[in-house]
Amino acid sequence: MAFKHKHLLGIQALTPSEIITVLDTAESFYEISTREVKKVPILRGKTIINLFFEPSTRTRSSFELAAKRLSADIVNFNQQTSSAVKGESLKDTILTLEAMNPDAIIIRHSCSGVPHFTTTFCQSHIINAGDGSHEHPTQALLDAFTIRQEKKNFKDLKVTIVGDILHSRVARSNIFLLRKLGARVVLVGPPPLLPLEMKKFGVDIGFNLDRALEGADVIMMLRIQMERQQKNFFPSIREYRNLYSLTEKRFRRAKKKAIIMHPGPINRGVEISADMADSAKSVILKQVENGIAVRMAVLYLLLGGKKREAFA
Amino acid sequence: MVEKIKARIMDYGKIKRAIQRMTTEIIERNRNLKNLVIVGIRTRGIYLGKRISKLIKELEKRDIPVGVLDITLYRDDFSESEAQHMVKKTEINFSVAKKDVLLVDDVLFTGRTIRAAMDSLIDLGRPKTIQLLVLIDRGHRELPIRADYVGKFLPTSKREVVQVQLKEIDKIDEVLITEPPGMK
Repeated sequence: MAFKHKHLLGIQALTPSEIITVLDTAESFYEISTREVKKVPILRGKTIINLFFEPSTRTRSSFELAAKRLSADIVNFNQQTSSAVKGESLKDTILTLEAMNPDAIIIRHSCSGVPHFTTTFCQSHIINAGDGSHEHPTQALLDAFTIRQEKKNFKDLKVTIVGDILHSRVARSNIFLLRKLGARVVLVGPPPLLPLEMKKFGVDIGFNLDRALEGADVIMMLRIQMERQQKNFFPSIREYRNLYSLTEKRFRRAKKKAIIMHPGPINRGVEISADMADSAKSVILKQVENGIAVRMAVLYLLLGGKKREAFA
Repeated sequence: MVEKIKARIMDYGKIKRAIQRMTTEIIERNRNLKNLVIVGIRTRGIYLGKRISKLIKELEKRDIPVGVLDITLYRDDFSESEAQHMVKKTEINFSVAKKDVLLVDDVLFTGRTIRAAMDSLIDLGRPKTIQLLVLIDRGHRELPIRADYVGKFLPTSKREVVQVQLKEIDKIDEVLITEPPGMK
């Protein structure tokens, strides 16, 4: 039951029972967002900083709403309008914010390992909101929460993750989480975007989407990350679409009750056809909705209880 | 947990009769039963609330809805307690706005739980009235709160623990006074 971490840096460090604790807690928080007064007082007086060095709509606003619905004060840091453009180093920027006595800092950065680095000189709780191609733990948790709403058990579930695995922190966090909970994971994508080393995580690898979709319970589509395609990983968008786009015809290979997930933002007509994204099988918007409850749970579990140092 | 049982205050029969008496009082005081809703505070308040609802149904043929309130997010000792409390669901599938809300808990002690419950209820809507029912009032209030319906007044010392056990989860109906181990 207990959740004893000070930070949430990744799924890798969590035990299966800690993951379940987060999901169960999120279950209780879900209802708050359906109330007329969408606010509870539990984190009153806590200050949280949203420190995003990369663009984001859903994760940033989701964390912001989660914090506000728990009555915490949240400050949004925007790289474009900050001293970072004057050449302030990452460490100095974070130390400056830390000097304002926040309780938690939520960090997104294009470099893997930044949240971990931050914990080496910061007293605040650090939450990883996506670091490079490393991890995006709250996304994996909200995905698991969404899967649990639709499917009873993670055991023996076949989850097919499709697309740019190489750059995807969402894929990595999801692989860690799903394997910990006993699901079967199949990765599929163009060979240059699908490192064979991923097999070490206990997953199956394939390059043919039709085959990988056979009997899938959950189909997780990843976004083609245009901003990270410095090299040409595939010849053209058109070819990618022909080989790896989720269309209605392809979807029929999966189980009848299969669900379609996507961490967003979606490139309609590229990795997923528009009618699939809008179909009844798609839980994409449900994922967004669930994101708030899951992030409320994470904030509550990390900031809850007595501050160990302060009372020692 | 090795705790010493000091006294068995109520058994199945006594609890049953106390609930019957309180239910009669509720019916007497709430002439407009149509407007009454019951909200039980987790955990044992839920079962007491359900028993009362069932009794009202038998006596007056009225269905009184019962909701479940988890007050963890409204506690005032949040930053002081050692570990987090597990948050459980609040399940109130009806509007409390303009209703006469009967708040139900097993033991009334410091009054802080009831304060939290009232704040929580008012965030869910604006009830017309809130009434409080408890099976045991053990004194030692820290806030100006009193119950409208009391099963039994039970003077206790602060270090004692009053344990209400209900069949629905504890397999037995009884009220015990115990003393935690290591306390003299």
